[in-house]
Amino acid sequence: MINAVDNRKDKFRRYKKLRKDPTPYLEALEKDDKPYTAFDRIADTADGGSFESFDLSCPELDPLNFTGYLDKKKTLEEETGIEDAIVAGTCTIGGYKTVLCVMDKRFMMASMGIYVGEAVAKAAEYAHENKLPLIIFTASGGARMQEGIVALMQMAKTSAVIEKFKEEGGLYISVLTDPTTGGVSASFAMLGDITLAEEDALIGFAGPRVIEQTIGEKLPKGFQRADFLKEHGHVDEVVKRSVIRSKLILLLKLHERKQ
Amino acid sequence: MEAIERVLAARDPGRLKITDYIDALFTDFFEQRGDRICKEDPSILGGIAMFDDIPVTVIGHRKGKDVDENITCNFGMPGPEAFRKALRLMKQAEKFDRPVITFVDTPGAYPGKEAEMNGISRAIADNLAVMSTLRVPIITIVTGEGSSGGALAISVANRIYMLENAVYSVLSPEGFASILWHDSKRRDEAASVMKLTAKDLYEFGIVEGILSEEDPTEEVRKAIKTALCDLKDKTKEEIVSERYEKFRKFDAGFLKNE
Repeated sequence: MINAVDNRKDKFRRYKKLRKDPTPYLEALEKDDKPYTAFDRIADTADGGSFESFDLSCPELDPLNFTGYLDKKKTLEEETGIEDAIVAGTCTIGGYKTVLCVMDKRFMMASMGIYVGEAVAKAAEYAHENKLPLIIFTASGGARMQEGIVALMQMAKTSAVIEKFKEEGGLYISVLTDPTTGGVSASFAMLGDITLAEEDALIGFAGPRVIEQTIGEKLPKGFQRADFLKEHGHVDEVVKRSVIRSKLILLLKLHERKQ
Repeated sequence: MEAIERVLAARDPGRLKITDYIDALFTDFFEQRGDRICKEDPSILGGIAMFDDIPVTVIGHRKGKDVDENITCNFGMPGPEAFRKALRLMKQAEKFDRPVITFVDTPGAYPGKEAEMNGISRAIADNLAVMSTLRVPIITIVTGEGSSGGALAISVANRIYMLENAVYSVLSPEGFASILWHDSKRRDEAASVMKLTAKDLYEFGIVEGILSEEDPTEEVRKAIKTALCDLKDKTKEEIVSERYEKFRKFDAGFLKNE
Protein backbone atom coordinates (compact mmCIF):
# COMPACT_ATOMS: atom_id res chain seq x y z
CA MET A 1 0.00 0.00 0.00
CA ILE A 2 2.97 2.39 0.36
CA ASN A 3 3.01 2.92 -3.37
CA ALA A 4 -0.66 3.53 -3.52
CA VAL A 5 -0.57 6.12 -0.76
CA ASP A 6 2.37 7.95 -2.36
CA ASN A 7 0.63 7.83 -5.67
CA ARG A 8 -2.46 9.34 -4.16
CA LYS A 9 -0.58 12.15 -2.40
CA ASP A 10 1.24 12.91 -5.59
CA LYS A 11 -2.01 13.24 -7.48
CA PHE A 12 -3.42 15.65 -4.95
CA ARG A 13 -0.24 17.72 -5.01
CA ARG A 14 -0.42 17.91 -8.76
CA TYR A 15 -3.94 19.26 -8.83
CA LYS A 16 -4.14 21.28 -5.68
CA LYS A 17 -2.86 24.45 -7.30
CA LEU A 18 -5.58 24.20 -9.92
CA ARG A 19 -8.34 24.56 -7.38
CA LYS A 20 -8.73 28.35 -7.65
CA ASP A 21 -10.11 28.35 -11.13
CA PRO A 22 -10.22 24.84 -12.54
CA THR A 23 -12.34 25.67 -15.57
CA PRO A 24 -9.65 26.05 -18.26
CA TYR A 25 -7.90 22.94 -17.01
CA LEU A 26 -11.12 20.94 -16.94
CA GLU A 27 -12.09 22.07 -20.40
CA ALA A 28 -8.73 20.88 -21.65
CA LEU A 29 -9.18 17.63 -19.79
CA GLU A 30 -12.53 16.96 -21.44
CA LYS A 31 -10.72 16.67 -24.75
CA ASP A 32 -8.04 14.49 -23.25
CA ASP A 33 -8.23 10.75 -23.78
CA LYS A 34 -6.15 9.82 -20.73
CA PRO A 35 -8.23 7.90 -18.20
CA TYR A 36 -9.98 10.25 -15.84
CA THR A 37 -9.31 8.68 -12.47
CA ALA A 38 -11.04 8.83 -9.10
CA PHE A 39 -8.15 11.07 -7.96
CA ASP A 40 -8.77 13.45 -10.84
CA ARG A 41 -12.46 13.53 -10.00
CA ILE A 42 -11.82 14.20 -6.32
CA ALA A 43 -9.28 16.91 -7.11
CA ASP A 44 -11.77 18.56 -9.47
CA THR A 45 -14.74 18.26 -7.13
CA ALA A 46 -13.56 18.69 -3.54
CA ASP A 47 -12.02 21.83 -2.06
CA GLY A 48 -8.23 21.58 -2.32
CA GLY A 49 -6.71 19.23 0.24
CA SER A 50 -10.01 18.63 2.04
CA PHE A 51 -10.58 15.00 1.06
CA GLU A 52 -9.89 12.36 3.70
CA SER A 53 -10.55 8.79 2.67
CA PHE A 54 -12.28 6.26 4.92
CA ASP A 55 -10.28 3.27 6.04
CA LEU A 56 -11.99 0.60 3.98
CA SER A 57 -9.26 -1.99 4.21
CA CYS A 58 -10.91 -5.28 3.58
CA PRO A 59 -9.52 -8.79 4.01
CA GLU A 60 -8.84 -10.61 0.75
CA LEU A 61 -12.28 -11.73 -0.31
CA ASP A 62 -12.79 -14.35 -2.96
CA PRO A 63 -16.19 -15.97 -2.46
CA LEU A 64 -15.93 -18.18 -5.56
CA ASN A 65 -12.20 -18.96 -5.11
CA PHE A 66 -12.05 -17.76 -8.69
CA THR A 67 -8.76 -18.59 -10.43
CA GLY A 68 -6.48 -15.57 -10.67
CA TYR A 69 -8.93 -13.13 -9.08
CA LEU A 70 -6.86 -12.05 -6.08
CA ASP A 71 -3.69 -11.80 -8.18
CA LYS A 72 -5.52 -9.63 -10.67
CA LYS A 73 -6.73 -7.36 -7.88
CA LYS A 74 -3.23 -7.06 -6.47
CA THR A 75 -1.77 -6.09 -9.84
CA LEU A 76 -4.50 -3.52 -10.37
CA GLU A 77 -3.99 -2.10 -6.90
CA GLU A 78 -0.35 -1.47 -7.74
CA GLU A 79 -1.15 -0.01 -11.15
CA THR A 80 -4.00 2.26 -10.09
CA GLY A 81 -3.13 3.23 -6.52
CA ILE A 82 -6.62 2.27 -5.31
CA GLU A 83 -7.64 -0.83 -3.36
CA ASP A 84 -10.73 -1.53 -5.43
CA ALA A 85 -13.10 0.23 -7.81
CA ILE A 86 -14.16 3.02 -5.46
CA VAL A 87 -12.67 5.73 -3.28
CA ALA A 88 -14.81 7.01 -0.43
CA GLY A 89 -14.31 9.65 2.22
CA THR A 90 -15.27 13.07 3.48
CA CYS A 91 -14.43 16.46 2.06
CA THR A 92 -15.76 19.94 1.69
CA ILE A 93 -17.21 21.19 -1.59
CA GLY A 94 -17.56 24.95 -1.72
CA GLY A 95 -17.19 24.84 2.05
CA TYR A 96 -20.01 22.30 2.56
CA LYS A 97 -18.94 19.19 4.45
CA THR A 98 -19.93 16.15 2.43
CA VAL A 99 -19.43 12.40 2.12
CA LEU A 100 -18.04 11.69 -1.35
CA CYS A 101 -17.62 8.39 -3.21
CA VAL A 102 -16.05 8.10 -6.62
CA MET A 103 -15.98 4.92 -8.67
CA ASP A 104 -13.01 4.31 -10.94
CA LYS A 105 -13.42 2.22 -14.05
CA ARG A 106 -9.70 1.44 -14.34
CA PHE A 107 -10.34 -1.19 -11.69
CA MET A 108 -12.17 -4.09 -13.40
CA MET A 109 -14.64 -1.73 -15.09
CA ALA A 110 -15.61 -0.53 -11.62
CA SER A 111 -17.66 -3.65 -11.11
CA MET A 112 -19.33 -4.04 -7.71
CA GLY A 113 -18.23 -6.75 -5.34
CA ILE A 114 -18.08 -6.77 -1.56
CA TYR A 115 -15.52 -3.95 -1.36
CA VAL A 116 -17.57 -1.52 -3.45
CA GLY A 117 -20.81 -2.52 -1.73
CA GLU A 118 -19.24 -2.05 1.66
CA ALA A 119 -17.75 1.33 0.71
CA VAL A 120 -21.15 2.62 -0.40
CA ALA A 121 -22.87 1.20 2.69
CA LYS A 122 -20.29 2.66 5.08
CA ALA A 123 -20.36 6.01 3.32
CA ALA A 124 -24.16 6.16 3.66
CA GLU A 125 -23.97 5.09 7.31
CA TYR A 126 -21.32 7.72 8.04
CA ALA A 127 -23.40 10.37 6.29
CA HIS A 128 -26.43 9.24 8.30
CA GLU A 129 -24.66 9.35 11.67
CA ASN A 130 -23.05 12.70 10.97
CA LYS A 131 -26.02 14.26 9.18
CA LEU A 132 -24.00 14.96 6.04
CA PRO A 133 -25.06 14.88 2.40
CA LEU A 134 -23.89 11.91 0.33
CA ILE A 135 -22.60 12.33 -3.21
CA ILE A 136 -21.68 9.32 -5.33
CA PHE A 137 -20.07 9.51 -8.77
CA THR A 138 -21.13 6.19 -10.26
CA ALA A 139 -19.41 4.30 -13.05
CA SER A 140 -19.65 0.56 -13.43
CA GLY A 141 -20.01 -2.37 -15.72
CA GLY A 142 -22.32 -3.91 -13.09
CA ALA A 143 -22.01 -6.65 -10.51
CA ARG A 144 -18.56 -8.25 -10.31
CA MET A 145 -18.84 -11.66 -11.92
CA GLN A 146 -15.81 -13.01 -10.03
CA GLU A 147 -17.72 -12.65 -6.76
CA GLY A 148 -20.84 -14.40 -8.05
CA ILE A 149 -24.07 -14.28 -6.07
CA VAL A 150 -22.36 -12.36 -3.25
CA ALA A 151 -21.88 -9.49 -5.72
CA LEU A 152 -25.62 -9.60 -6.52
CA MET A 153 -26.39 -9.29 -2.80
CA GLN A 154 -24.47 -5.98 -2.76
CA MET A 155 -27.30 -4.51 -4.84
CA ALA A 156 -29.79 -5.30 -2.09
CA LYS A 157 -27.40 -4.18 0.63
CA THR A 158 -26.49 -0.80 -0.87
CA SER A 159 -30.12 -0.05 -1.76
CA ALA A 160 -31.25 -0.89 1.77
CA VAL A 161 -28.63 1.30 3.46
CA ILE A 162 -29.23 4.22 1.12
CA GLU A 163 -33.00 3.95 1.49
CA LYS A 164 -32.66 4.09 5.27
CA PHE A 165 -30.39 7.15 5.00
CA LYS A 166 -32.86 8.88 2.68
CA GLU A 167 -35.91 7.99 4.79
CA GLU A 168 -34.35 9.73 7.75
CA GLY A 169 -33.85 12.97 5.88
CA GLY A 170 -30.45 12.45 4.26
CA LEU A 171 -29.67 14.07 0.91
CA TYR A 172 -28.26 11.71 -1.69
CA ILE A 173 -26.97 13.12 -4.97
CA SER A 174 -26.10 10.57 -7.61
CA VAL A 175 -23.86 11.66 -10.48
CA LEU A 176 -23.97 9.10 -13.27
CA THR A 177 -20.77 8.95 -15.29
CA ASP A 178 -19.64 6.84 -18.20
CA PRO A 179 -20.56 3.97 -18.10
CA THR A 180 -23.15 3.24 -15.39
CA THR A 181 -24.77 -0.08 -16.19
CA GLY A 182 -26.02 -3.41 -14.84
CA GLY A 183 -26.27 -4.04 -11.13
CA VAL A 184 -24.98 -0.61 -10.13
CA SER A 185 -27.42 1.16 -12.41
CA ALA A 186 -30.22 -1.07 -11.05
CA SER A 187 -29.40 -0.25 -7.43
CA PHE A 188 -27.83 2.75 -5.69
CA ALA A 189 -27.02 4.71 -8.88
CA MET A 190 -30.71 5.23 -9.64
CA LEU A 191 -31.83 6.02 -6.10
CA GLY A 192 -30.66 9.65 -5.92
CA ASP A 193 -32.87 12.38 -4.51
CA ILE A 194 -31.15 14.37 -7.22
CA THR A 195 -29.69 12.59 -10.23
CA LEU A 196 -27.19 14.24 -12.55
CA ALA A 197 -25.67 12.61 -15.61
CA GLU A 198 -22.34 13.59 -17.08
CA GLU A 199 -22.52 14.64 -20.70
CA ASP A 200 -22.50 11.72 -23.14
CA ALA A 201 -22.28 9.06 -20.39
CA LEU A 202 -23.66 5.63 -21.27
CA ILE A 203 -26.31 4.74 -18.68
CA GLY A 204 -28.52 1.68 -18.76
CA PHE A 205 -29.37 -1.70 -17.35
CA ALA A 206 -28.41 -3.99 -20.23
CA GLY A 207 -25.41 -3.22 -22.40
CA PRO A 208 -26.16 -2.05 -25.95
CA ARG A 209 -24.63 -5.18 -27.50
CA VAL A 210 -26.87 -7.47 -25.43
CA ILE A 211 -29.96 -5.45 -26.40
CA GLU A 212 -29.05 -5.54 -30.09
CA GLN A 213 -28.58 -9.31 -29.93
CA THR A 214 -31.91 -9.75 -28.12
CA ILE A 215 -34.08 -7.60 -30.35
CA GLY A 216 -32.18 -8.26 -33.57
CA GLU A 217 -31.88 -4.65 -34.63
CA LYS A 218 -29.36 -1.84 -34.42
CA LEU A 219 -29.94 0.72 -31.71
CA PRO A 220 -30.33 4.35 -32.76
CA LYS A 221 -27.48 6.79 -32.21
CA GLY A 222 -27.51 8.27 -28.74
CA PHE A 223 -29.47 5.35 -27.23
CA GLN A 224 -28.74 5.07 -23.47
CA ARG A 225 -26.63 8.24 -23.55
CA ALA A 226 -27.13 10.99 -20.95
CA ASP A 227 -29.43 13.12 -23.13
CA PHE A 228 -31.59 10.08 -23.90
CA LEU A 229 -32.01 9.47 -20.16
CA LYS A 230 -33.03 13.10 -19.66
CA GLU A 231 -35.49 12.95 -22.53
CA HIS A 232 -37.11 9.82 -21.02
CA GLY A 233 -37.39 11.33 -17.58
CA HIS A 234 -34.68 9.48 -15.68
CA VAL A 235 -32.25 12.26 -14.73
CA ASP A 236 -32.68 15.83 -13.56
CA GLU A 237 -29.92 17.35 -15.62
CA VAL A 238 -27.10 16.52 -17.99
CA VAL A 239 -23.91 18.33 -17.02
CA LYS A 240 -20.53 18.96 -18.55
CA ARG A 241 -17.61 17.82 -16.42
CA SER A 242 -16.38 21.39 -16.02
CA VAL A 243 -19.57 22.55 -14.30
CA ILE A 244 -20.30 19.57 -12.04
CA ARG A 245 -18.54 21.12 -9.06
CA SER A 246 -20.47 24.38 -9.30
CA LYS A 247 -23.73 22.46 -9.80
CA LEU A 248 -23.02 20.42 -6.66
CA ILE A 249 -22.28 23.56 -4.66
CA LEU A 250 -25.64 24.96 -5.77
CA LEU A 251 -27.46 21.77 -4.73
CA LEU A 252 -25.67 21.63 -1.37
CA LYS A 253 -26.67 25.24 -0.76
CA LEU A 254 -30.30 24.48 -1.60
CA HIS A 255 -30.30 21.64 0.93
CA GLU A 256 -28.32 23.33 3.67
CA ARG A 257 -29.67 22.40 7.10
CA LYS A 258 -30.18 25.51 9.18
CA GLN A 259 -28.94 25.08 12.73
CA MET B 1 -25.46 -33.93 -9.63
CA GLU B 2 -23.27 -31.45 -11.54
CA ALA B 3 -24.16 -27.76 -11.30
CA ILE B 4 -25.01 -27.58 -15.00
CA GLU B 5 -27.49 -30.45 -14.63
CA ARG B 6 -29.28 -28.43 -11.99
CA VAL B 7 -29.25 -25.36 -14.27
CA LEU B 8 -30.91 -27.45 -16.98
CA ALA B 9 -33.37 -28.98 -14.52
CA ALA B 10 -34.26 -25.50 -13.28
CA ARG B 11 -35.00 -24.46 -16.88
CA ASP B 12 -36.90 -27.62 -17.84
CA PRO B 13 -40.11 -26.59 -19.61
CA GLY B 14 -41.99 -29.31 -17.71
CA ARG B 15 -41.05 -27.86 -14.34
CA LEU B 16 -43.87 -26.61 -12.10
CA LYS B 17 -44.81 -23.00 -12.79
CA ILE B 18 -46.11 -20.27 -10.51
CA THR B 19 -49.64 -21.06 -11.69
CA ASP B 20 -49.21 -24.68 -10.50
CA TYR B 21 -48.08 -23.47 -7.08
CA ILE B 22 -50.98 -21.04 -6.84
CA ASP B 23 -53.44 -23.83 -7.67
CA ALA B 24 -51.89 -26.21 -5.16
CA LEU B 25 -51.18 -23.92 -2.23
CA PHE B 26 -53.71 -21.11 -2.20
CA THR B 27 -57.44 -20.64 -2.47
CA ASP B 28 -59.57 -17.73 -3.69
CA PHE B 29 -56.81 -16.28 -5.86
CA PHE B 30 -57.65 -12.86 -7.30
CA GLU B 31 -55.22 -11.68 -9.98
CA GLN B 32 -54.21 -8.01 -9.95
CA ARG B 33 -52.98 -6.51 -13.18
CA GLY B 34 -51.14 -3.43 -14.38
CA ASP B 35 -48.62 -0.91 -13.11
CA ARG B 36 -51.26 1.92 -13.02
CA ILE B 37 -49.02 4.02 -15.23
CA CYS B 38 -49.13 2.56 -18.70
CA LYS B 39 -49.07 -1.21 -19.02
CA GLU B 40 -49.87 -4.72 -17.89
CA ASP B 41 -46.75 -6.87 -18.18
CA PRO B 42 -47.72 -10.51 -17.61
CA SER B 43 -44.13 -11.71 -17.06
CA ILE B 44 -44.83 -11.12 -13.38
CA LEU B 45 -48.06 -12.54 -12.00
CA GLY B 46 -49.54 -11.14 -8.82
CA GLY B 47 -52.63 -11.06 -6.70
CA ILE B 48 -54.32 -11.78 -3.39
CA ALA B 49 -55.16 -15.26 -2.13
CA MET B 50 -55.82 -17.24 1.01
CA PHE B 51 -53.10 -19.41 2.46
CA ASP B 52 -54.88 -21.64 4.94
CA ASP B 53 -56.93 -19.03 6.74
CA ILE B 54 -54.88 -15.90 6.14
CA PRO B 55 -54.91 -13.52 3.18
CA VAL B 56 -51.53 -13.08 1.50
CA THR B 57 -50.15 -11.23 -1.51
CA VAL B 58 -48.61 -13.59 -4.07
CA ILE B 59 -46.12 -12.32 -6.65
CA GLY B 60 -43.88 -14.24 -9.00
CA HIS B 61 -42.31 -14.62 -12.41
CA ARG B 62 -44.59 -16.30 -14.92
CA LYS B 63 -43.30 -18.74 -17.49
CA GLY B 64 -45.66 -20.43 -19.94
CA LYS B 65 -46.34 -24.10 -20.54
CA ASP B 66 -45.93 -23.82 -24.31
CA VAL B 67 -44.46 -21.42 -26.85
CA ASP B 68 -47.63 -19.35 -27.21
CA GLU B 69 -47.96 -18.87 -23.49
CA ASN B 70 -44.28 -18.11 -23.25
CA ILE B 71 -44.50 -15.43 -25.91
CA THR B 72 -47.39 -13.83 -23.99
CA CYS B 73 -45.44 -13.71 -20.73
CA ASN B 74 -42.10 -12.97 -22.44
CA PHE B 75 -40.52 -16.18 -21.09
CA GLY B 76 -40.67 -14.78 -17.58
CA MET B 77 -38.42 -11.79 -18.37
CA PRO B 78 -39.93 -8.72 -16.72
CA GLY B 79 -39.83 -5.21 -18.06
CA PRO B 80 -40.08 -2.15 -15.79
CA GLU B 81 -43.89 -2.24 -15.79
CA ALA B 82 -43.84 -5.74 -14.30
CA PHE B 83 -41.53 -4.64 -11.49
CA ARG B 84 -43.73 -1.61 -10.86
CA LYS B 85 -46.79 -3.84 -10.65
CA ALA B 86 -44.96 -6.01 -8.13
CA LEU B 87 -44.07 -2.90 -6.14
CA ARG B 88 -47.65 -1.66 -6.21
CA LEU B 89 -48.87 -4.99 -4.86
CA MET B 90 -46.23 -5.07 -2.13
CA LYS B 91 -47.15 -1.59 -0.92
CA GLN B 92 -50.79 -2.63 -0.89
CA ALA B 93 -49.89 -5.74 1.09
CA GLU B 94 -48.25 -3.45 3.64
CA LYS B 95 -51.36 -1.29 3.84
CA PHE B 96 -53.63 -4.30 4.50
CA ASP B 97 -51.06 -6.06 6.66
CA ARG B 98 -50.76 -9.11 4.42
CA PRO B 99 -47.56 -11.16 4.22
CA VAL B 100 -45.96 -11.24 0.77
CA ILE B 101 -45.04 -14.56 -0.81
CA THR B 102 -42.85 -14.39 -3.94
CA PHE B 103 -41.93 -17.11 -6.43
CA VAL B 104 -38.72 -16.71 -8.41
CA ASP B 105 -38.25 -18.26 -11.84
CA THR B 106 -36.69 -15.95 -14.44
CA PRO B 107 -33.84 -15.89 -16.95
CA GLY B 108 -33.44 -12.22 -15.89
CA ALA B 109 -34.95 -8.80 -16.53
CA TYR B 110 -35.72 -8.17 -20.20
CA PRO B 111 -32.86 -6.50 -22.09
CA GLY B 112 -35.06 -4.60 -24.53
CA LYS B 113 -35.27 -1.15 -26.04
CA GLU B 114 -38.55 -0.07 -24.41
CA ALA B 115 -37.40 -1.50 -21.09
CA GLU B 116 -34.48 0.93 -21.12
CA MET B 117 -36.60 3.88 -22.21
CA ASN B 118 -39.12 3.15 -19.49
CA GLY B 119 -36.53 2.99 -16.73
CA ILE B 120 -35.87 -0.65 -15.95
CA SER B 121 -32.85 0.22 -13.77
CA ARG B 122 -34.86 2.55 -11.59
CA ALA B 123 -37.73 0.04 -11.42
CA ILE B 124 -35.43 -2.67 -10.05
CA ALA B 125 -33.66 -0.26 -7.70
CA ASP B 126 -37.01 0.96 -6.33
CA ASN B 127 -38.08 -2.60 -5.57
CA LEU B 128 -34.83 -3.28 -3.70
CA ALA B 129 -35.19 -0.08 -1.69
CA VAL B 130 -38.87 -0.49 -0.86
CA MET B 131 -38.64 -4.19 -0.04
CA SER B 132 -35.86 -3.40 2.41
CA THR B 133 -38.27 -1.23 4.42
CA LEU B 134 -41.60 -3.05 3.91
CA ARG B 135 -43.37 -3.53 7.24
CA VAL B 136 -44.85 -6.97 6.52
CA PRO B 137 -43.06 -10.34 6.22
CA ILE B 138 -41.69 -11.26 2.80
CA ILE B 139 -41.07 -14.93 2.01
CA THR B 140 -39.39 -15.99 -1.22
CA ILE B 141 -39.32 -19.41 -2.86
CA VAL B 142 -36.81 -19.86 -5.67
CA THR B 143 -38.56 -22.53 -7.72
CA GLY B 144 -36.54 -22.49 -10.96
CA GLU B 145 -34.02 -20.08 -12.43
CA GLY B 146 -33.10 -17.15 -10.25
CA SER B 147 -31.04 -15.03 -12.54
CA SER B 148 -29.58 -11.61 -11.86
CA GLY B 149 -31.33 -8.38 -10.92
CA GLY B 150 -34.61 -9.63 -12.34
CA ALA B 151 -34.70 -12.30 -9.63
CA LEU B 152 -33.36 -10.11 -6.84
CA ALA B 153 -36.01 -7.45 -7.54
CA ILE B 154 -38.68 -9.65 -5.91
CA SER B 155 -36.48 -11.50 -3.39
CA VAL B 156 -35.34 -9.05 -0.74
CA ALA B 157 -37.09 -11.29 1.76
CA ASN B 158 -37.07 -12.22 5.44
CA ARG B 159 -36.86 -15.89 4.48
CA ILE B 160 -35.67 -17.40 1.23
CA TYR B 161 -36.09 -21.09 0.36
CA MET B 162 -34.82 -22.88 -2.70
CA LEU B 163 -35.98 -26.09 -4.31
CA GLU B 164 -33.07 -28.50 -4.47
CA ASN B 165 -32.62 -28.15 -8.24
CA ALA B 166 -33.31 -24.44 -8.41
CA VAL B 167 -30.39 -22.12 -9.10
CA TYR B 168 -29.76 -18.49 -8.12
CA SER B 169 -26.90 -16.54 -9.62
CA VAL B 170 -25.48 -13.14 -10.51
CA LEU B 171 -26.08 -13.89 -14.20
CA SER B 172 -26.81 -16.92 -16.38
CA PRO B 173 -23.81 -19.26 -16.81
CA GLU B 174 -23.82 -18.33 -20.51
CA GLY B 175 -23.60 -14.62 -19.65
CA PHE B 176 -20.93 -15.25 -17.04
CA ALA B 177 -18.78 -17.23 -19.52
CA SER B 178 -19.31 -14.59 -22.16
CA ILE B 179 -18.20 -11.74 -19.88
CA LEU B 180 -15.23 -13.44 -18.23
CA TRP B 181 -13.98 -15.72 -20.99
CA HIS B 182 -15.58 -14.16 -24.09
CA ASP B 183 -17.04 -17.55 -24.88
CA SER B 184 -20.64 -18.36 -23.96
CA LYS B 185 -20.05 -22.00 -24.98
CA ARG B 186 -18.09 -22.50 -21.76
CA ARG B 187 -21.44 -22.51 -19.98
CA ASP B 188 -20.95 -25.82 -18.19
CA GLU B 189 -17.60 -24.74 -16.78
CA ALA B 190 -19.13 -21.44 -15.69
CA ALA B 191 -21.93 -23.25 -13.87
CA SER B 192 -19.36 -25.35 -12.05
CA VAL B 193 -17.47 -22.34 -10.62
CA MET B 194 -20.35 -19.92 -9.98
CA LYS B 195 -21.65 -21.47 -6.74
CA LEU B 196 -25.25 -21.18 -7.85
CA THR B 197 -26.86 -24.30 -6.36
CA ALA B 198 -29.21 -24.34 -3.39
CA LYS B 199 -26.47 -25.87 -1.26
CA ASP B 200 -24.00 -23.10 -2.21
CA LEU B 201 -26.54 -20.41 -1.37
CA TYR B 202 -27.37 -22.09 1.90
CA GLU B 203 -23.68 -22.10 2.81
CA PHE B 204 -23.41 -18.40 1.98
CA GLY B 205 -26.31 -17.71 4.33
CA ILE B 206 -28.44 -16.29 1.53
CA VAL B 207 -31.17 -18.94 1.77
CA GLU B 208 -32.64 -20.38 4.94
CA GLY B 209 -33.61 -23.78 3.61
CA ILE B 210 -33.38 -26.27 0.75
CA LEU B 211 -36.61 -27.99 -0.27
CA SER B 212 -36.76 -31.55 -1.56
CA GLU B 213 -38.36 -32.02 -4.98
CA GLU B 214 -39.98 -35.35 -4.29
CA ASP B 215 -43.22 -33.55 -3.53
CA PRO B 216 -42.38 -29.92 -4.31
CA THR B 217 -45.75 -28.30 -3.64
CA GLU B 218 -46.01 -29.99 -0.26
CA GLU B 219 -42.45 -28.93 0.65
CA VAL B 220 -43.17 -25.35 -0.41
CA ARG B 221 -46.37 -25.39 1.66
CA LYS B 222 -44.46 -26.51 4.73
CA ALA B 223 -41.75 -23.90 4.21
CA ILE B 224 -44.26 -21.04 3.87
CA LYS B 225 -46.13 -22.28 6.93
CA THR B 226 -42.97 -22.49 9.03
CA ALA B 227 -41.84 -19.04 7.94
CA LEU B 228 -45.23 -17.41 8.57
CA CYS B 229 -45.47 -19.05 11.96
CA ASP B 230 -41.98 -17.92 12.85
CA LEU B 231 -42.63 -14.32 11.76
CA LYS B 232 -46.17 -13.82 13.04
CA ASP B 233 -45.25 -12.76 16.56
CA LYS B 234 -42.60 -10.29 15.52
CA THR B 235 -43.35 -6.58 15.58
CA LYS B 236 -43.26 -4.59 12.36
CA GLU B 237 -39.97 -3.04 13.48
CA GLU B 238 -38.49 -6.48 14.04
CA ILE B 239 -39.67 -7.66 10.62
CA VAL B 240 -37.94 -4.70 8.99
CA SER B 241 -34.76 -4.84 11.04
CA GLU B 242 -34.17 -8.59 10.69
CA ARG B 243 -34.57 -8.32 6.91
CA TYR B 244 -32.24 -5.32 6.87
CA GLU B 245 -29.60 -7.23 8.84
CA LYS B 246 -29.95 -10.28 6.60
CA PHE B 247 -28.74 -8.22 3.64
CA ARG B 248 -26.46 -5.80 5.50
CA LYS B 249 -24.37 -8.74 6.70
CA PHE B 250 -22.81 -9.41 3.29
CA ASP B 251 -19.80 -7.37 4.33
CA ALA B 252 -16.08 -7.88 4.70
CA GLY B 253 -16.50 -10.26 7.59
CA PHE B 254 -19.26 -12.64 6.63
CA LEU B 255 -17.18 -15.13 4.65
CA LYS B 256 -14.96 -15.73 7.65
CA ASN B 257 -17.94 -16.31 9.90
CA GLU B 258 -19.29 -19.17 7.84
